[in-house]
Amino acid sequence: MKKGQKSILAYALNRLLQGIPMIIMVIILTFVLINLAPGDPVSMMTAGIDPTPDMRALLEKQWGIDEPLFVQLIKYLGRILTGDFGMSYFQGKSVVDIILERLPPTLLLMMTAILISTIFGIVCGIISAYHMYKRIDSVLSIAALIGYSAPLFWVGQVLIIVFAVVLDIFPVSGMHDLRMAATGFKKILDTAKHLFLPSLSLTFWFSALMMRVTRTKMSDILQSDYIKTARAKGLSETKVIMGHAFRNALAPIITVLGFELGAVVMGATVVETIFGWPGMGRLMYESILRRDYPLITGIFFFVSLSIILVNILVDIMYAVFDPQVRYE
Amino acid sequence: MNDFIMHLKTNMNLTLGSIRRFWQRYKRNKAGLIGLGLFTILVFIAIFTPIISPFDPLDNTFETNLPPNNVNYFGTDDLGRDVFSRTVQGAGVSLIVGAFASFTSTLIGIFIGGFAGYIGKGVDLVLMKITELFQVLPQFFVAILIASFFGPGFWGIILVISLLSWPKTARLVRAEFLSLKEQEFVSAAKTVGCNRFTIIFNEILPSAMPEVIVNGSLIMATAILMQASLSFFGLGDPSKISWGKMLSDSQGLLRSAPWASIFPGIAILLTVLSINLIGDALNDAINPKFRER
Repeated sequence: MKKGQKSILAYALNRLLQGIPMIIMVIILTFVLINLAPGDPVSMMTAGIDPTPDMRALLEKQWGIDEPLFVQLIKYLGRILTGDFGMSYFQGKSVVDIILERLPPTLLLMMTAILISTIFGIVCGIISAYHMYKRIDSVLSIAALIGYSAPLFWVGQVLIIVFAVVLDIFPVSGMHDLRMAATGFKKILDTAKHLFLPSLSLTFWFSALMMRVTRTKMSDILQSDYIKTARAKGLSETKVIMGHAFRNALAPIITVLGFELGAVVMGATVVETIFGWPGMGRLMYESILRRDYPLITGIFFFVSLSIILVNILVDIMYAVFDPQVRYE
Repeated sequence: MNDFIMHLKTNMNLTLGSIRRFWQRYKRNKAGLIGLGLFTILVFIAIFTPIISPFDPLDNTFETNLPPNNVNYFGTDDLGRDVFSRTVQGAGVSLIVGAFASFTSTLIGIFIGGFAGYIGKGVDLVLMKITELFQVLPQFFVAILIASFFGPGFWGIILVISLLSWPKTARLVRAEFLSLKEQEFVSAAKTVGCNRFTIIFNEILPSAMPEVIVNGSLIMATAILMQASLSFFGLGDPSKISWGKMLSDSQGLLRSAPWASIFPGIAILLTVLSINLIGDALNDAINPKFRER
C-alpha cells in the first residue's frame, strides 16, 4: 500500500461515519416539515368531528404531541436509537411492524425491475455504443428516449389497456388472486402473474435510463487510446468490448444506479398505486393523506436510510474497482 | 463612453458569432431539429389554445364514452367532455410549470454551486452537505407531503418542484467553479479589484453556462413529469385542466374509454420527448467530441 492510500476497510468505515449526520439531518428535516404543516392529526383521528377541549387534551397526551416541538424531537431521536419508531395513529400497530410487513412486496417489485432493467439496459447500451450512429443505434436510442420520456403512470395504464383489457391475460390489481387460497408453487405462479405488469412498467423506464448511461460511458471508452492498443495487439472484439471497455464502464454505471435509487422509489410509488400493489410506496401515500405522522416519519427515515446506505455501498464498490478513490 | 460602446459592440459580435457557430453544430443533429420543431408546435398550441380547441373543455353535453370520431377527434370521457379540447388545454399548464420550475431551480443551483465552488472551505462543506441532503431525500415523497399538507396551489407546485430539483445544477456549477477559479483571467479580475459578485457572475459563470443550460432543459423535462405525477395523485391545482389530472380521471375508464387515457399520455410523452431531444442535441453541440472526428 502506498503512502496516503487508505485500506478499503478504513475507507468503508469513514464513508459509513459520514452517513450518520446525514441521516440525523433527514430525521430532523422530516420532523420539522411535518409539524410545520397546517392542520393536525387530532381532528383526523376524530374523523372530522370537532373534538371537545378535554378530548383533544386526552388524545394529545396519549400520543405525546402536547409537548413543545423541540422536546418531541429530542424524545423521538432518543427512541429511534432503541429502534422504537412509535405507533401508527390509525393502524394501532407499531411503525416498524407495518413497514416490515409492506417491505417484501416493494423489494420484490423493485428488485425484479432493477435486475431485468440493468441487464437489458446494459446489453442494449453496449450494442448501441458499438454501432454508434448506425441504424441499430438510432433505433435503440430513440426507443430509450421514448421510454425515458413517457410518464410512468401512463405506461402502466397503457399496459393495462393492452394486456388486461384487450388481451385479457394478466391481472391488473393486487399481489394475489383473492378468490383462491393457493399454496406452494401455485402461489408463486400467481404472484408472478400479478408481478408482471407492475414490474414491466418500472422496467420500461429504468432500462431506458440504464441504456442511455451505458451508451454514453461505453462510447467515451471505445474511443480511448487503450482500446486502440488492445485492438492493435490483436485481441478479439469480444475481449476488447467485455474485458477492456465494459470493465471500465461498469463503475460509473453502478454509480448512476445508486444515484437514481430515489427515482426508482418514486417510480415504485406510482406503480404500486396504479396496480394496487401492497408495498411501501402506497403505504407512504396513504399515510400522508391520513396525516399519520409517526408512520410518515418512519417511512421517510427508512427510505432515506436505504438510499444513503446504497450510495455508500456504491462508493465502496467504486473504491474496490478504482484504488485512486482511496487517496486523500 | 465611445470606448464603452465599442466594447459592447465587440462583445455583441462575439456572442452573435458564437451563437451562429453553435447553431451550425446544432443544425447537424436531425433528432435535435425534430425536437425543436415539436416543441415549437407545442408552444403554439399553448398560446393559441382558445382558437385551436373546438369546444369548451368543461362542456359536458356530449354523449359519454364516445370513441374518436369526426366531431370529437380524441373521443369523449365518462362525463361527456371532449378529450381533444381538454388535451389542448393541458399544454399551457405543462409548459408553464416546466419553464418556471426549470428557471427557478437553475437559479438556486447557480447561487449555491457558485458560492460553494468559489468561496470553498467551510461554506463549500456546509452547502455541499445541504445539497447531498436534498439528493438522498425521497424527493417524490417530499413533494407529495408538501403538496398535500400545504394545499395544491398552482404556483406552490412549481415552487415545490423547483426546491427539489436544484442539487444537480449546484454540483455542476460548483465543479466548474473549482476548476476555473485558479485560472489567470480570474486572478486578473481580482487584481483589477473586482468584487466577489462580479467575479462569480461576470467572469466565471459564463464559462459554466452551456452545461447549466443543458441541465436546465433536463430539469424542465423532469419537472413536467413530476407535475403530471402530482396531479395524477390528485395534488395539482384542481381549477386547471392538466394532463396528469386527465390521466388520473381516466384510471377508472381504461375499459370503457381507453382513449381518455391514451391521448393525454401521448401529449405528455411528446412534450417531454421534444425537450429531451433538444437537451441531447444541445449537449452534443456543446461537447462536439463524436461527430467532428
